[in-house]
Formats: sequence, C-alpha cells, structure tokens
Amino acid sequence: MNVEETELPGFGVRKDFMTQSGRRIGVVTHRDGETELIISKWEDPDSCQASIPLTGDEAAALGNLLGSQRVVMQLTEEHKEVPGIVTRQFTVLADSPYRDQPMGRASIRTRTGVSIVAIMREGEVVPSPGPDVVLRRGDLVVAVGTEEGLEQTAAILRRG
Amino acid sequence: MDPLALALIELGAVVFALGLLARVAGRISMSPIPLYLLGGLVFGAGGLVDLGGVREFSHLAGEIGVILLLLLLGLEYTAKELFTGLRRSWQAGVVDAVLNIIPGVGVALLLGWGALGAIVLGGVTYISSSGIVAKVITDLGRLGNRETPTILSILVFEDLAMAIYLPILTATLAGVSWLGGLQTVAVSLAVITVVLVVALRLGHQVSRAVHSENSEVFLLNVMGLALLVAGLASAMQVSAAVGAFMLGIAISGTTAHLASRLLEPLRDLFAAIFFVAFGLNTDPRSIPPVLGWALLLALVTALTKIATGWWAAARAGIAVPGRARAGVALIPRGEFSIVIAGLAVTSGAVSNELAALATAYVLLMAVIGPLAARFVEPAVGALLRVRPGRKEATAPVP
Repeated sequence: MNVEETELPGFGVRKDFMTQSGRRIGVVTHRDGETELIISKWEDPDSCQASIPLTGDEAAALGNLLGSQRVVMQLTEEHKEVPGIVTRQFTVLADSPYRDQPMGRASIRTRTGVSIVAIMREGEVVPSPGPDVVLRRGDLVVAVGTEEGLEQTAAILRRG
Repeated sequence: MDPLALALIELGAVVFALGLLARVAGRISMSPIPLYLLGGLVFGAGGLVDLGGVREFSHLAGEIGVILLLLLLGLEYTAKELFTGLRRSWQAGVVDAVLNIIPGVGVALLLGWGALGAIVLGGVTYISSSGIVAKVITDLGRLGNRETPTILSILVFEDLAMAIYLPILTATLAGVSWLGGLQTVAVSLAVITVVLVVALRLGHQVSRAVHSENSEVFLLNVMGLALLVAGLASAMQVSAAVGAFMLGIAISGTTAHLASRLLEPLRDLFAAIFFVAFGLNTDPRSIPPVLGWALLLALVTALTKIATGWWAAARAGIAVPGRARAGVALIPRGEFSIVIAGLAVTSGAVSNELAALATAYVLLMAVIGPLAARFVEPAVGALLRVRPGRKEATAPVP
C-alpha cells in the first residue's frame, strides 16, 4: 500500500491512499493541528465525498477502532475452538468512573471472570495490561470472556 | 464642528458600515471585498456622500492595510513550501502568467494607455486572489481534492511573481530610467534570494528574534518590524508590500502561526479601509463608460484562467471534472489586483479610467469566481452524462 503525502501550501499536509475498492481515503492535517478525515467520491476519485473535521480525541478513538480490528480478529480466531468465549471491545468514555484510574480498581476479573487482554491507545497496542495501567479517555479495552461477563464488564466501565 | 470630531464621526460611520457589509457578505458566503469597493464608491468623490475629513487617515491606513495583507500572505508560507511549490509548478506558473497578462496588456494598449497602463492592467488581470480562492476551497470542502495542490502551487508561483512584479511596477511608476529600473529589479531579486536562503537556513533565528510569550510585546515587535522593513524596501524602491511579504516568509513555524493569529484582526480592519479608500478615490460616474471593456476582460480572463487550471491539472494526471474545478477555482481576482491598481493611482501616473476599469473588473471577478466554483461541478457532471459513448459506470459500491 502506498500512502501519498502531498503538501498543501498555506494549509498543511494531505496523506492519503487508494483502497482496493477504488476509493481514496486519508487525512488532511492543518498547520494548526486540526485533522480532517477525507473520503473520495465513488464516481470521481479526485474529489471528496466528505471531509470530516476531527478533534484530537476523536482522531485517536477512530485510530483505535481501526487498529484494534487486527487484534480482535486474531483473538476471535484463537478462541474459536472454545464454545461460549467471545472477544469484545469497549471504549472508555469521558464520564466513565474508571477514567484516569488504574485498571485494577475496577476488579473486572474478580467480578465478572472476564480478562482484559489488550488496550488500544492512540493507535498502539498495550498487550496484557496489568492492574496498575491507568485507563484514559478514548482507550479501547479488548476483553475476552462469556457473553454474560462481557455485558457486566460493559456496565462496570460505564457506571462503576 | 471641530474637525477632529467630524473626522471621528466619519471614520466611525465608515467602519461601522463596513461591518454591516462584511456581515451581509458572510450571510451569503461571499468575499466582502466587492462590497467594500462598492461602499467606497458610494461614499467617495462624486458618490452619494462626500467624506473629506478621513481622506488623509484612510490613505495611510490603506497603505498599512496593504503591508499587512502581504505580511500575512508571507506568514502563511514556509520557505520550504515555496521551493517545492516552485519546483512542482513553474511550467504552470509561466503558462498562467503569459495567458493572463496578455489580455490586460492588450486592452490597455487598445485604450491608448501606453506601456505604463499595460504593465498595470497586465498585473491586475494576472493575479488571482489567493484569499478568495483559499476561502472557496475550504467552504466547498475541496481541501482533500486531488486538484487542490495544483491550484495552491499556482497561487504560490503568482505570489512569488508579485515579489518581482511589484518592484518593477513601483520603479516604472516613479519614472525611473531603464538603467535605474534594471537596478531596482536586480536589487529586489537579490533581496528575494537572500531572504529565501536566510529563511530556509536561519528561519528559527528570525522567528526567535521577534517571538515573545507576552502577546503585547509580540504584536509590537512584529508590527514594528513589518513597518520598518516595508519602509526600507520602499526607500530602496523595492515596494513596501514586497518587503512585508519577505518578512512574512522569513518568520516561520509556531511564531508565524501565532503572529498571523494576532495580526489577522488588524489586517481585516486596515485592509477593509484600504479597499474603501480605493473606492473613495474612484468616481462612480467613471465606471459606466468602461463597463463594456470590464465585461470583455472578465470573460476573456475567466477563460484564460480556466485554460491554465485545466492544463496544469491535466499534467498532474487529474480527470476532466477535476480539471474544470481547478480552472474555475483560479478565476477570482481581488485584493492584489486592487493593490496594483492602487499603487498606480496614488502615483498619479495613470489615467483615472484605469482605476475605474480595475474596480469594475475586480467587482465582476470577485463575484463571478466563487459563484462559478460552486456551479462548475454540477455543470460538468451534466455535460459528461449526456455525452454518449462514455463507459457505463459500474454499480457503485457504498
């Protein structure tokens, strides 16, 4: 895959690439740090269907969602043999009671039997995080467990 | 009434009226420049109301407006961008210059304005308004489009060309001899090269010299330096505006970003006064006789800009709709055409008809350009659809 980087004098930089389905997708980074997600039109790849301004948090969250796909796919593949075990991902929201708290505070494994196997943060993977890893807003928590346990985990992360 | 009180009241009324005009322009999302010019025409010599008291102030304020316009333009670019832009687009830049200077020169000669008039009008029709073009691109969400870098690098080339053109213009207007003219051009070329090299090598040192955490100190530093450099450049007959532009290029990075944020409101105020002052000095009764020429020039130079953009975008491997978008995006003329005409008019070396023609021309182009940019996409789309023999579109994948 070939990511093209083009300077936009007076504005910033555009980085984009062509997807296999024939769409151009990328990011325009403005001089002042603002980010715009761009997606080309189907019928005219030179022009944009949408250019969506993203805040720093939003860009990080989107990066996590996309980056986590690979991790989740691998885990699902590995747990395919074990019936009843599912992989799921949760975002740590701004109003979560465990935001900016060490993960151990939530005692997720003790309360639900679910294991947190990874945290996606700013496009990077934190593999098998320990109890003292501090959860941040926008983190994507990848958890493995039973359907029921995962439901409870979601509730814990949202409401405590 | 006390002359000071009268001047204050007149100035206040003018600035307040400009505010109203800018609000109207914002409401219909167009550039306020044509409205400012119209405002100036209405209030100026031979217009509805005669404002004598603020003429002196508006003259100096207008000059400061030009300096700030060019300083902020320079701040937007880094020297590196200018170099890559120049490398990428010099052929398109040359095509752009040739195609768009010729109509202005031709009309000036036809009207018998001589070589001086030809130089001025050629500049007026050549330079696109980077302010209006940039606004159109962002408003229509075309920043991510493939043709946008092509458009922007043509604008970069034009802005650099201004740095050579303006000194030539100032020298010619001042009636300098051929030898003296060559000398100023040589000086300005040398200055430009030195500034670009300095900016590329020592950009952060220049930035550090003016930078300050305190925004008051910072504002006074930048503003003082800009006026000093502009004054010195003007004394060397290199044109004040070019001096400010070069200073803007030399300041880079965060300092440039902060400086433009601080100076933007000042630029808006002084540039608005500049446009009004230009309109004030133009007699609205002189416009109808040149309106036909202005329309002809508008039509021809709209087509030449479309040809330029089309050609440049085609070279960059962009398909037909993108070529049309690139061409039409370049149509608007605005602040710099008025800056050029303003320089000519204040020198008193050209006829007042030229100011009238330039005003009418910019009024047309600043309005037509953004409108055309908005409608080019559906128009080209419709044309391509009715054209037979085009390959059938495959089923769209969402």
